[in-house]
Amino acid sequence: MNWTTALYEYDGSFDGFLCCVFDSYIRRERPLAILCGAQEQTSLETIHSVETQPAHARRVAGSIQKCAPAALSFLRRAFLTCLPEKELLLYRLICRLYDEGPAFLHDPTDPTMYPICRALRHLSGELEKLRGFVRFSAFGGIYAAEIAPKNRVLPALRPHFCARFADQPFLIYDRTHKEALLHAGGRWTIVPMEQFSMALPDETEARYRKLWKTFFDTVAIQSRRNARCQRSHLPLRYRADMTEFQDEDYFAPAEAPQPAGAAQPSVGGADGLPEFFQRPLLQP
Amino acid sequence: MDTLEKLNILADAAKYDAACTSSGVRRGARKGYVGNTVSSINGCCHSFSADGRCITLLKVLMTNYCIYDCRYCVNRRSNDIRRAAFTPKELAELTIAFYRRNYIEGLFLSSGVIRDPDYTAERMIETLSLLRGTYCFNGYIHAKAIPGAAPELVTRLGLLADRLSVNIELPSEQSLRMLCPEKDKRAILAPMRQIKDQVLENRHDLTRYRHTPKFAPAGQSTQMIIGATPDSDRHILCLSQGLYRTYRLKRVFYSAYVPVVEHALLPGRDVPPPLLREHRLYQADWLLRFYGFTADELLDDAHPNFDLQLDPKCVWALNHPERFPVEVNTADYEMLLRVPGIGAISARRIVAVRRWGRLDFDALKKLRVVLKRAQYFITCGGKGAEGLRCSTASARRALLALEAREHTAPMQQLSLFRD
Repeated sequence: MNWTTALYEYDGSFDGFLCCVFDSYIRRERPLAILCGAQEQTSLETIHSVETQPAHARRVAGSIQKCAPAALSFLRRAFLTCLPEKELLLYRLICRLYDEGPAFLHDPTDPTMYPICRALRHLSGELEKLRGFVRFSAFGGIYAAEIAPKNRVLPALRPHFCARFADQPFLIYDRTHKEALLHAGGRWTIVPMEQFSMALPDETEARYRKLWKTFFDTVAIQSRRNARCQRSHLPLRYRADMTEFQDEDYFAPAEAPQPAGAAQPSVGGADGLPEFFQRPLLQP
Repeated sequence: MDTLEKLNILADAAKYDAACTSSGVRRGARKGYVGNTVSSINGCCHSFSADGRCITLLKVLMTNYCIYDCRYCVNRRSNDIRRAAFTPKELAELTIAFYRRNYIEGLFLSSGVIRDPDYTAERMIETLSLLRGTYCFNGYIHAKAIPGAAPELVTRLGLLADRLSVNIELPSEQSLRMLCPEKDKRAILAPMRQIKDQVLENRHDLTRYRHTPKFAPAGQSTQMIIGATPDSDRHILCLSQGLYRTYRLKRVFYSAYVPVVEHALLPGRDVPPPLLREHRLYQADWLLRFYGFTADELLDDAHPNFDLQLDPKCVWALNHPERFPVEVNTADYEMLLRVPGIGAISARRIVAVRRWGRLDFDALKKLRVVLKRAQYFITCGGKGAEGLRCSTASARRALLALEAREHTAPMQQLSLFRD
């Protein structure tokens, strides 16, 4: 029986993607594109909406693992990258894995592997930077940070921050992908969050920001100034969220004593937050 | 004086120390403690200051009062500057607050010598004990061992810190006698030897008793000032090689001398710091540690200093045309490492990938080999790069042009944070 072609649409989750693979083999269709739910339809081609079913995803995952035990975690990580049309590239990789076995996985110069390996390098580069560049601000015991990464870094950053700040309730908001990592008392979750804005700092927070800025400015040796070197290690796009590159206002504490509870980061449209962090910390 | 002012003075006094790494130790989180040291093998940079150097640790002095009068140092007794001292509590609180905001990876603690070396070391131990004990800090600590302090105090410092360092500062005894008449070589080398012995002993104990407290698990490092004295590059590099071999140092840092004082024995204030020379020394240092070179191969009596126009690896390759070209599909790892444009990582990748098939120039590019340098020294399957015909002389010209282009803008400093 001949294979036909179709457009696929799925919910954007990794399991959803595995279900695309499942459906494609069941229906004997080669997807021309695998679209994520929200994208607009630009073609007259029929669109098949893939339903995410855990049982199907498990079967695909199992079959991949049977071909190459390490491939599944490789795919999972590649799925976090910002590679354009990553679904299709990963789909082709899985097909090849089924057809010819895992040998080509060892060769990063292989045409199927190369774009994915490059994207993964970009992801690990961004992760390495962000492990250092995330800046928390304390709001009444909860530490909040905001980032705008290109890749979906939160799942990969989570183990580092949760281990390091195990006793510290914190939140990292990813502006690009509109999701947040919440952590408190050894529990964590990654939830979608439409909106988030940092509250004004209180007296202590403003003081530490100022101290850090002072330290940062002082350690630079004037006669060795080298903006190009600084920029290559610390690209401008990260600076928007870093304490030491903010202007004056950022270091001033909120003027009038705020009403109790106002010094919390305000979260729009997400009710999960107060539930997640222990109540006494957040209650007005 | 409030903390802000103290931080200003004491960070300013510590900034000429080049060491700012958090590498060399992996310690997981402990219940009830703040932090860990499991970032990546390279350590973790938290910011980069305007001079392009990475900021990993909160680098401060305990105090900048000092009884010594070393000529090259900003904190020398005779210099008229503002003096300050942190209290242990103040510094511990600052470290924890910075750490929790992810500003830093840990603390780098050094100190001017107040009263005598023992008293100074005790003050540092007091601070670190407070930080490790009362404030339950489990992150990275780099401490300076004060030359001349009692061995027991160095031991206690090593049990609290991850890395210890003793700065050699001046690369020869002669320079030392000239510029710091109150210090002597033995006082500097004694703690270095002690730290080396204790680290080895501790490693031995750890294999027998799992819960032995760890002594300086990230080893020790040192620093030398470049350009304050007339010592040659060859002398400095041979010294580094000796230090790596005999004292098992993890790192030697080179710090281009920034004129901070007018003195007949030192370069004048208008002399810019020799950044390019420092860069060449770092490149050579990497060649010693990761590429299997020895100091004698890179410099000899006829060439006691590095060529500022060309990096040491290229110079070596151009001087040894009989070793090239290298066939990437068959050459062993050691020889691949010696090709300009192939680094330790790409050499490893080449060895791994060529098991699955033959490599061509396109594949090398994908493996991130810097072909614009490497093309003059390699062949793929017996063939050189397409359209490239060159002699040693023309290769030298091309590499010089390449290097000149890269250094037209202000000097790039080699990153300091890798181990």
